[in-house]
Order: sequence, then structure tokens, then C-alpha cells
Amino acid sequence: MITYIEYLSLLIIPLFILFTVLYGTFKKVRVYDSFVTGAKEGPAIILNIFPYLLTIFVAIKGFQASGAFDYVRNAFYSVFAFLDIPIEALSMAVMKPLSGSASTALFTDIVTTTGTDSMATQMSAIIMGSAETTFYVLAVYLGSVSIRKTRYLVPVCLVADFIGIVIAIFVAKWFF
Amino acid sequence: MNILWLIMICVSIVFAIFTGNLEAFTKSIFDGAKAAVEISLYLLGIVSVWMGVTRILEDSGLIYRIAHLFKPIISRLFKNIPGDHPSITAITLNVLANLFGLGNAATPLGIKAMQELDGLNEDKGTITPEMMTFIVINTASIQLIPFSVIGILASYGHRNPAAVVVPILIATAISTMTALFVLAAFRKVFR
Repeated sequence: MITYIEYLSLLIIPLFILFTVLYGTFKKVRVYDSFVTGAKEGPAIILNIFPYLLTIFVAIKGFQASGAFDYVRNAFYSVFAFLDIPIEALSMAVMKPLSGSASTALFTDIVTTTGTDSMATQMSAIIMGSAETTFYVLAVYLGSVSIRKTRYLVPVCLVADFIGIVIAIFVAKWFF
Repeated sequence: MNILWLIMICVSIVFAIFTGNLEAFTKSIFDGAKAAVEISLYLLGIVSVWMGVTRILEDSGLIYRIAHLFKPIISRLFKNIPGDHPSITAITLNVLANLFGLGNAATPLGIKAMQELDGLNEDKGTITPEMMTFIVINTASIQLIPFSVIGILASYGHRNPAAVVVPILIATAISTMTALFVLAAFRKVFR
């Protein structure tokens, strides 16, 4: 089942591009020129996104390096001590919304130090798979259309992230 | 975003001073800048490719046909998108790319969706309800098979890495629904 879906997901992009190009040619579109015209928009979009990405990355990296990240995680750990959550899983819970590459590195670290069958690994796997790097998504998507007034979007995302991680922890406890 | 950023920066600096991590903090600022440059370069490539592909979709009219096809599903969540608008196609393709874990396609198509949605925006610079719904769906991350997690587990000799598939699916499904519910609740309060 999984290998089947994996193969399907490998097939989607090539098939989609093939279909687009053939359909375009059928509709008498000069696909090469069309592609070039579209690709020309790329740099302008990235120029819009870049400052947003830079601003948020500086804050996230600084937050990690200053020791504030560890403090927040330890605070969560002592508040939720009664739930008996492994501290590694809590690191993952705080890290995942902030940074994709850092959470992948953290997950690999948790697997190697606690073993593949530990509760910490299982729980981190669920958090890793079910949460998204919220700050990155916000920076990229809002930056791409230069949105300044985000109204109540950021609180919604933070509340949803928090609930999502609580759900992930409970699902992990229930399954393993 | 303004308040959040301000808090993160100030808290970080105060912590850096009291924990003696000042040197690491200063270095991290430039690490962050470097990471932003690297990711922007990566995005420049994949976004340009997908802008090329979607331009063919536009020029051939296929973008309107796909929109027409998926309008009944998409318009349940995005009520204010008129007719067979191209944003429906971009949203559909982004959701499909997310479902199948195609990160190289999901982000560029998501950017395309944001641009199409911004085309409907009468007050540029201010977010629309449709954009919020779209971003919330994306931050909740709906994915059928978490290939990256399975890959890491498998490479460290987990006996049955696929065991995480069902719990992750359950967790994402519940958290996506909860996220939309939270959004709806905030929308009621702030209207």
C-alpha cells in the first residue's frame, strides 16, 4: 500500500507536466515561450519573499541560540509534568513550528540517542509528521503578496499549532 | 506578527545576556541571514519552474477547466471565489501536492494560489478571509504518507516504520479540522 502510494507520488509531477505540455500544444500554445514568460515572474516573487524570510529567520535562530528556546521547553516540561511526556518530544513540539531543517536534525538525534522504539521517538515522529513549520509558511505566503495587515491570522495559527501538538501527543500515547 | 517578532527578539537578547550566550546569539543572527539566502535561492529555482508550468496552464485555458472541475469542492471552504477563477486550480494543486508530500511543488503552487487570491483582494496589503483559510490549511499540513519521517525511521533500523502512518494521519486530520474550527471561532469574535 505504502510503496504503491510512494510510486504514485513519484509519478504525479512528471505526468502532470507531460499532460500540461501536450494539452498546451493541442490548444496551439507555444509552450516553450509560454514557460519562459511564466518563469520570468519567479525572481520578482522571491525578491518579495526574501526580506520576510530573513526577518523571521533572524528571530528564530536568535531565539534558539540565546537559550530562550530551552527555557520555553523546560517551562512546558514542568507545567505538563503530570502527563509524563518525554523531554525530547517536547523539544520537537517547540521546534517543529519554528524550523524545518532543525526539527529534522532534532528528530534524527532523538532516534539515535533514545532508540527507534522509545516513546520519545514515536511521539516525535507523530509531531514531526502532523505539524508544519508554521513560521516559514507564514513568511513565504504572506511575503509573496506583501501582506502587512494579518488581522487575527497569527493568533489562530499559534492556537491551532498548540492544539495540534496536544492532539499529536495524545494520539501517540493512545497508539504506543 | 509585529508583536510576536518584537517579543522574540527582546526575549532572546535578554536571555543571551543573562545566560552568557551573547556570542552565540550574535553569530546566530548571521546564520539566520545565511539560511534565508540559501532557502530563497532554492525557492527561486522551484518557484520559477512552477510559474512556467502554470503559465502554460493559463495560456491553454486548462487552468479554467480544472477550476470548473474542482469548484464544487473548493467553494465549500472558500465561499467568496467567483466563477471558475484560477485560484481554485492553484489551491487544488497545492492541496494535492501536500497530500502526496511533494514539497517541491506544494510551496510554489501555494505562492501561485496566494497571488491569485490577492488578485481578488480589494484592499491590497490586508489579508482576506480566503487567504487566511488557505494559510491555515497549509500550516495544519495534511499528508497521506509522511515519507520523510518513515525514511529516517527506516534508515535507523526501525522494525516497522510504516506503523506511524495511521497515527499521523489521525493526528493531522483532527488538527486540520481543529485549525479550521479555531479560525471560524476567531472570525466570529473579530467580525
